[in-house]
Amino acid sequence: MTSFEPVIGLEIHVQLDTATKMFCSCALSFGEPPNTRCCPVCLGLPGALPVVNAKAIEYGLMIGMALESELADRSIFHRKNYFYPDNPKAYQISQYDEPLCRGGRLGDVRIHRVHLEEDAAKLIHVGETGRIHGSDTSIVDFNRCGTPLVEIVTEPDVKSAEQAREWLQLLRETLRQLEVSDVDMSQGSLRCDANISIRPVGETGFGTKTELKNMNSFAFIERGIKAEVIRQTEIVRGGGDVIQETLHFDPRTERITSLRSKEEAHDYRYFPEPDLVPIRIAPEMLDTARAAVPELPAARAARYEAAGVSADNAKDLAFRAELAARFDDALPVADSAQATAALFLNQGELAAEVEPESVATVSNLVGAKALTPGNVRAVLEILAERGGDPADVVASEGLGAIADDGQLEGIVEDALAANADAAEKIRGGNMKAIGAIIGHVMRETKGRADGGEVTRLVRAKLGL
Amino acid sequence: MSAEVLALTAAQAGERIRAGELRSADVFAAYRDRAAADELNAFVWVADDVPAAAAADAPLAGVPVAVKDLFCTEGVPSQAGSKILEDYRPPYTATAVRNLQQGGAPLLGKTNQDEFAMGSSNENSAYGPVRNPWDPTRVPGGSSGGSAAAVAAGLAPWAIGTDTGGSIRQPAALCGIVGMKPTYGAVSRYGMIAFASSLDQAGPLTRDVTDCALLLRHMVGQDPCDSTSVAFPEEVRTPSAERLDGIRLGVPEELTGEGIEPGVLENFNATLRTCEELGATIEPMRLPHAPHALSAYYIIAPAEASANLARYDGVRYGLRAPEYDDLLSMYTRTRRAGFGAEVKRRIMLGTYALSSGYYDAYYGRAQQVRTKIADDFRAAFAAVDFVVTPTSPNVAFGLGSKTDDPWAMYLNDYCTVPVPLAGLPAISIPSGLSEGLPVGFQIIGGAFSENRILDAAYALEQAIGFDGSSARGIAGPDAPRPGQERRPDGGKG
Repeated sequence: MTSFEPVIGLEIHVQLDTATKMFCSCALSFGEPPNTRCCPVCLGLPGALPVVNAKAIEYGLMIGMALESELADRSIFHRKNYFYPDNPKAYQISQYDEPLCRGGRLGDVRIHRVHLEEDAAKLIHVGETGRIHGSDTSIVDFNRCGTPLVEIVTEPDVKSAEQAREWLQLLRETLRQLEVSDVDMSQGSLRCDANISIRPVGETGFGTKTELKNMNSFAFIERGIKAEVIRQTEIVRGGGDVIQETLHFDPRTERITSLRSKEEAHDYRYFPEPDLVPIRIAPEMLDTARAAVPELPAARAARYEAAGVSADNAKDLAFRAELAARFDDALPVADSAQATAALFLNQGELAAEVEPESVATVSNLVGAKALTPGNVRAVLEILAERGGDPADVVASEGLGAIADDGQLEGIVEDALAANADAAEKIRGGNMKAIGAIIGHVMRETKGRADGGEVTRLVRAKLGL
Repeated sequence: MSAEVLALTAAQAGERIRAGELRSADVFAAYRDRAAADELNAFVWVADDVPAAAAADAPLAGVPVAVKDLFCTEGVPSQAGSKILEDYRPPYTATAVRNLQQGGAPLLGKTNQDEFAMGSSNENSAYGPVRNPWDPTRVPGGSSGGSAAAVAAGLAPWAIGTDTGGSIRQPAALCGIVGMKPTYGAVSRYGMIAFASSLDQAGPLTRDVTDCALLLRHMVGQDPCDSTSVAFPEEVRTPSAERLDGIRLGVPEELTGEGIEPGVLENFNATLRTCEELGATIEPMRLPHAPHALSAYYIIAPAEASANLARYDGVRYGLRAPEYDDLLSMYTRTRRAGFGAEVKRRIMLGTYALSSGYYDAYYGRAQQVRTKIADDFRAAFAAVDFVVTPTSPNVAFGLGSKTDDPWAMYLNDYCTVPVPLAGLPAISIPSGLSEGLPVGFQIIGGAFSENRILDAAYALEQAIGFDGSSARGIAGPDAPRPGQERRPDGGKG
């Protein structure tokens, strides 16, 4: 049987976290009573005119920089015409053939384009279904209308549902660290559509694609894409043809339903928005935007890996920008980047309360076997509380690892004698019983014994 | 009192008020009473209360202004001549109107117009046609026909209108008054109910050139609410030129020959001779792409209008069809009932021109023509100071005489349409009569040459000595009572 591979492109809408809307001076809305954040402009009243929010342009440029896009020096808005009650002007001001950014890459996925537009109002359908079909009345809340949106369109580089989810998580973290959006999928500030097709493995052409709309969690995206890939595969294996259409995934029932077919697709009659003048990107605007772009997760993770941190730990740290900043301060004094990274990740909250250099020193003491892992937390707690030099704290609190073989050997012998049953079981091959011996030694040494060394001594004493 | 006030231009009335010889409240009341007694159907709403007296030093001195219906005025009907906006009262006031109010000119009333400014005869109003004060069986021109008729008939001291393809200049010409379309961007469009956004521009309709300059001075200015507006580079000055010495007037072959009525052409040529007597030189010239202006205009303006008028969907304001089955039938029934025939025609034209597969052939090509027309003017102004033409190819025509032939109607804008396509300023001043009806003379200048245009127009106006007083005799009963607006189709004819 022919095996198929999915070809997936993503379209992501991101609400920008500017103070005001895209084309008017209304404050953005966060759950205020309906229709309390609107004005003649965002209500599309007769005679009202849009004015571009400069901050939204700056945020758009920052996103373009983060995605390594080519930034336009001139960009224009178009009108995208369609009738719907959530679209008060009956056109959305969007961008068409002169977007703010073209091309780019994030991780293993190429970016096609990035453009600015305005969000629609929110429709509430009153009735049983909660959807427009079968509802008695629809009411419109214009608070969201005109919120700045950035649309990011990828190339069809995504090969699986899992990759789509992972890449979107990287994108979300990137946008979060840019501080341009609160990227909350459940609140709709990050929304994703997926263009999905399948093709026989090895082919380079594209199959007919479908568009899966508005999935509002990472889990739904993964499940939705999976379900659609299975649906398309079954159609093709059954000898049928995939139809180009727009689809809706219902996460409750896992069912996919058609919203509209290609024949019903809109002719948006795009034309340049005559109410706005072209945007010229001045060098100062680029400077401002560039200065506001921090090191982003993908670059940070790559830098950590190069410093010797494992891929997983590097990514985990890079996704936690504040912790990573502390790790950066610790890195110059760390004997092992990996051990120090792991310590930051394992003791995240506590490590954040200790001077970063001290965390590295603690990690170094463990590496030098001067401190046992079991006492790391105790040392960090003291450092968090009153600071100081980690080596001094270890010494003054008597938390240093027992280095003297003779001393530890005696304690192990005592432990074996006191736990004869356990010693017998170990001798009989039940290594789980060693826990009791180690526990005894740790009690006696207040955790200052090295667990590996204790195990070695036990085995030696028992002749194993 | 009323006759004395009526004899004054707005600037003269303002001077008398400032000198303490007249009370602004009396001027307001005199015009309010005349506007309320309007039998030309020039007004669709007339202010009721006399406003609080303007500050004594206010530059416009409390002389009230009539405002075309499509300017949004807070709490006052702003219907753009359309049934779809019947009794729509906006929550805000257009910047141009607010600027005038701040200058001391209170709102006298809202004037009738062609629906959404689409028309050249004011017969496309849902509130009935306007009659020409020179001959009530004839049209006043359009689309700012109400404003032009009101000023010509002495129902308002002055008025503002909008010009997209000629909608200030052509009715000014047909009613024997002064009308000016400023440079695109000089006056904010914020609060002007849009017809064609890249062409629409507000401007004054006045009894003389001095009033025109005074009113324009208080309209211009950059507006943070309109990103296409620009700061006017200088103050609009009171014109004072007496001569046209050294001024080169370009007479374009394309706009001064075929298609111009003989009486209009005769008057135009006589006016050119007057210009020469004032010291100007007349230079024949060409605007090679001007004959294509109407075609380009009737692609670009309807295309923009098709989007601008899409918001009238019955959801939020204005008319909503009383009965419908679903969303689509609410849209279609509302728009079918709310828009007039000409508006529907242009929405269809514009929608078609922007459709997938036709865009390049129509909208794209029309934009190229527009660029060529602007280039023609740029080349012209390297050789001449102004381009002059008749404003309208004909004098006021009979009501109903062109309503069945859209193209014949569109030809009224033949001489005015190239100007907004190039974004340029132009004025129309009355230059005499033909068959007892006013003829307009158009002076077109380079961008932001308003002061020079006004100076030239003033010198010519003094030399021509046009007398429009006979039009101010006609006004009578049968008009909306103060504080009330007309209902759709409530006008005569």
